[in-house]
Amino acid sequence: MSEGGIVASFVVPVHPHTVLAPDKNPGWRKLRDAYDDAAATIKDLNADLIIIYSTTWPSIIGHQIQADPNPEWVLVDHDFHDLGSISYSFNIDAEFAHAWNDASEKRGLQSRCVNYKGFPIDVGSVVALTLLNPDNKIPAVIVSSNMYANRSETTVLAKSCLDVVKAQGRRAVAVTAMSLSNRMFTDFIDAKQDKIHSLKDDEWNRKILEFLEQGRMEDVGQLSRTIHQQIRVQKVVAFKPMWWLSAMNGNRNDLTGKVLAYEAIHGAGCAVVHIDPTPSGAGEKEYDEDDVEYFHGERGVLDSAEEAPADTQHEHEQPSDGGQKMEQNGPALWDPTEAEGSVNTDAAPKPVGAYPHARKVGDMLFLSGVGPRQPGTNAIPGGPIHDENGEPLDYDIKAQTHAVVDNVKRIVEEAGATMEQVVDVTTFLVDMKRDFSGYNEVWAQTLGKVGPTRTTLAIDALPTPIAVEMKVIVHLGE
Amino acid sequence: MGRGQIVAGCIAPHPPHLVYAENPPQNEPVAEGGWEQLRWGYERLRDSLADKEYDAIVLLSPHWQTYVGTHFLGLPQFEGLSVDPIFPNLFRYHYDMTVDVELAKAIHDEAEAAGLPVKMMENPDFRVDYGTITTGHLFNPDWDKPIVVISSNRSTAYYSVEVMQEIMVELGKATRKAIEASGKKVVVLASNSLSHRHFTTESEMPEDMSKEHITSHAMHLWDMRIIEYMRTGQSQRILDEMPEFTEQAIAESDGGGISWLLSTLDTPDYPAILHGYGTIIGTGNAVVEWPCYQHEVTAA
Repeated sequence: MSEGGIVASFVVPVHPHTVLAPDKNPGWRKLRDAYDDAAATIKDLNADLIIIYSTTWPSIIGHQIQADPNPEWVLVDHDFHDLGSISYSFNIDAEFAHAWNDASEKRGLQSRCVNYKGFPIDVGSVVALTLLNPDNKIPAVIVSSNMYANRSETTVLAKSCLDVVKAQGRRAVAVTAMSLSNRMFTDFIDAKQDKIHSLKDDEWNRKILEFLEQGRMEDVGQLSRTIHQQIRVQKVVAFKPMWWLSAMNGNRNDLTGKVLAYEAIHGAGCAVVHIDPTPSGAGEKEYDEDDVEYFHGERGVLDSAEEAPADTQHEHEQPSDGGQKMEQNGPALWDPTEAEGSVNTDAAPKPVGAYPHARKVGDMLFLSGVGPRQPGTNAIPGGPIHDENGEPLDYDIKAQTHAVVDNVKRIVEEAGATMEQVVDVTTFLVDMKRDFSGYNEVWAQTLGKVGPTRTTLAIDALPTPIAVEMKVIVHLGE
Repeated sequence: MGRGQIVAGCIAPHPPHLVYAENPPQNEPVAEGGWEQLRWGYERLRDSLADKEYDAIVLLSPHWQTYVGTHFLGLPQFEGLSVDPIFPNLFRYHYDMTVDVELAKAIHDEAEAAGLPVKMMENPDFRVDYGTITTGHLFNPDWDKPIVVISSNRSTAYYSVEVMQEIMVELGKATRKAIEASGKKVVVLASNSLSHRHFTTESEMPEDMSKEHITSHAMHLWDMRIIEYMRTGQSQRILDEMPEFTEQAIAESDGGGISWLLSTLDTPDYPAILHGYGTIIGTGNAVVEWPCYQHEVTAA
């Protein structure tokens, strides 16, 4: 399977006039003809997927992805209901939708698929799919525009989509259903009198189209907030589609653009633009903003109550900083608990919960899980595996494993035993494929010479940003 | 024909969670309850008006958003399936409603005479918005009264809250004038939340009330301030502070419903009855009744 990618992108208008009344105004007819040209281009490109980002489908709970394989209904526009109705029956690639949803969650986004009979597909998506995919032969997928999403979230949404496009080897077309200037006339007009609402809107629209025709998609994306302030009615969805479309094209400024039509629909600026990924040779990419890979935004509102320990813990049980400056990247630290047979030492890292470092039972000593964090500073030799935002970091598994063994040794010796009395070890690795070899090497140099039995497990995560932890059992008898 | 009368005016919020939590036969999803404070508030509102006779309900919904003028449902019957595009997991409601087209046209005509752009919606395929259906169900679960549905003209988005309010005050005057001329007894509903900042995540079980609270203290303060004005008959102060409230509480008053309602009720200076307050996915919601039957409303 060849690697997939975006074979073309299109900017298309959302209003129903191009479907229901193209001949009531010459400009609407030009837009319709441009839509038909775009459909022919998509067919010629042998595209096997159309991806719609629609500004007329707002969402609140993250982004929503349509996953009904065959949504059918009749659409009537809330404003232009007198133009008539549009019956639709679309061919949605539900498998791709679910894969996109999974990929979005992996990149830190809140998202979900929707698959409900009678779900109201929005007017922008209905118009775009009706005209770009008239025979329904090409499967499609539709994503909402989250009303609270910022640039990072919208950019990561595109990257998660590209993850799936590449993984599935798809020849995909990316489409933003959107207006340029979106100020419509606030009164009813004669169709023949339609025009862009104001000269100012028209000038901004033409500047945007000039950029797009030069292939400067990322420049338009980085101007999104300014464009929104200048020519956008302050609806909830803002001018986000260019963030998404730019990211779908690798945040490039050297694309090949062609404006197929630019006209007014009830005063709003509407265009059909074809963006070809072929490099134009022009346009240096300049990033004023981060090229974000993972989303770490304010998505944990509902979890905040769960994370507050004060309501549920007694005063003497609360975490402690031990009076020392700790590196903060992980859960709060606790003083080790005291109970019959417990073994605790300041020479070992503080627990991350209410438990002792170790506990004697008869002639056996059972250690709590031991990681590489350093007593006193909480620093992680070899470095943490991710930063405080969850961003992955490079780290040294050998240094971490050495530090774990050192911590085990300190606790064992606090109990009056030696490492030679260790009889069984269970090791947990968060990345078996990456780390087993390095960990195994250090094992052979240390505990491997002692000879305890060993079990090594791969797990999803540990409470602190470490890669390795050991559960140790010691026989104190000899 | 005698002079028409507004029996009561109400703020009647429409988050679909309230219908979902109630498990009516019309709604497909099933819940274990939730948001009882508001649902009991609706019960108290219904009880309050149970012995009052009225002929029709007039409702303005912020989820029928029109950017070109104000629109009115203009056919006698609408039925179908309403799926909330934002919370489809909660609201898939089979509706069947009767429209008082005569009264709708009368309000339309008065508004047009006042210079407002208006249009009757006469496409039989039109799907009624979920705000209308939610409020319609919660206020009148039997759907045994004809209804007038008015769209929310988004003039706030085009101009400012001040301009929106001017338009909605005019629409309210036209509504009142048309009702009085109709000879009908009417209940007027603004389908509206107060503060409107949502959580952007949803609990695994949406009706898990341990997760429900206002999104911020500032939102709570604004909600209480506006409710206190309502409870003490200070409608004019609500209108005066509407721009700040709408901006700072991201309030759903941007759709014009509260301004329209207060204008329709002739800016009442008597106390409203607070039947309930609660939050829904972080937004502030109140069920409020102005008992107009106790206070004769006169024409402007």
